[in-house]
Amino acid sequence: MHELSVTQSILDTVLGYARENGVEKVLSIRLTIGALNHFQREWIQRYFDYLSRETPAEGAQIVIRRVDPAFHCSSCDHTFDVDLESVDRVRCPLCSGEEVHLERGKEFFITDMEVV
Amino acid sequence: MGEVRLIVIKEQILADNRKLADQLRSRLAASGAFLLNLMSSPGSGKTSLLLRTIEALRDRYRIAVVEADLDSTVDADRIAATGVPAVQLRTGGFCHVEAAMVERALECLDPAELDLIVIENVGNLICPAQSDTGAHADVAMTSVPEGDDKPLKYPLIFASCDLVIVNKIDYLSLEPFDTEAFTRRVKQLNPGAPVCKLSCRTGAGLSCWLEWLEARLISASR
Repeated sequence: MHELSVTQSILDTVLGYARENGVEKVLSIRLTIGALNHFQREWIQRYFDYLSRETPAEGAQIVIRRVDPAFHCSSCDHTFDVDLESVDRVRCPLCSGEEVHLERGKEFFITDMEVV
Repeated sequence: MGEVRLIVIKEQILADNRKLADQLRSRLAASGAFLLNLMSSPGSGKTSLLLRTIEALRDRYRIAVVEADLDSTVDADRIAATGVPAVQLRTGGFCHVEAAMVERALECLDPAELDLIVIENVGNLICPAQSDTGAHADVAMTSVPEGDDKPLKYPLIFASCDLVIVNKIDYLSLEPFDTEAFTRRVKQLNPGAPVCKLSCRTGAGLSCWLEWLEARLISASR
């Protein structure tokens, strides 16, 4: 996939915030990525290590909070997690209804970063 | 070493592209042009759909196409043969279209004189789903021979689009494609997206797509 351009975008945003906040060094960066966005942490870290050399973000640890897909049932207002890889017909575990729709799992943002 | 502190960011990744895309969207809307992003895997029939669309709408709407391929001008040539302006974007290895690329392509067209501009995106069900092209609507297309499990394998594109097209329904008698299961899988990810089942080859089912599109063109011109 295009982890490289995504990583560049993360680095640019992080360096912008670092400049604005008088940051000496970025220690770690937390990303929130929904499961529907398939990204491998290891590859983002590798590209980040390469791109961030000689910047205040060099050596920063990439931490990914993965958001699992969750569905919402319009019949009984219940929200529940679903493993999309093992389930085809999604049903509400409370009322067995099929009026269910994807509510979480598409997130794609930088949450925060730890700095000195 | 100073004190460790937390800086809250909460910004979308690829926000730069999103900002450009939003600006592009507004500019085109102001001039009355509707930008459509057409995505699918290679070979689903995007170019065929465009040829059918041009045939049906060209008498009433001014249309142009932005073709995106890693290489070659095969698709742009087919479109250009109809007399409709086609700009070929050679992405040179880039797996999807971004807003900046669309802007560059539009420099070769006159959006003020156009009603409909279609981006025929790179044949790929993964990357285009994450990249905002500045379009007013996104369409995800698949076809009967590809199988009815695409929403399971590529949920993001089906969850994010405005309309889904299943092409090559003329193959239904030859392929074990469960139309009901496919539609259910799409609706669970995306309750608001219509599913149009059609055949570009025979012309069957095209009205579902053309009516949806024309409704949007009429709104855009107001």
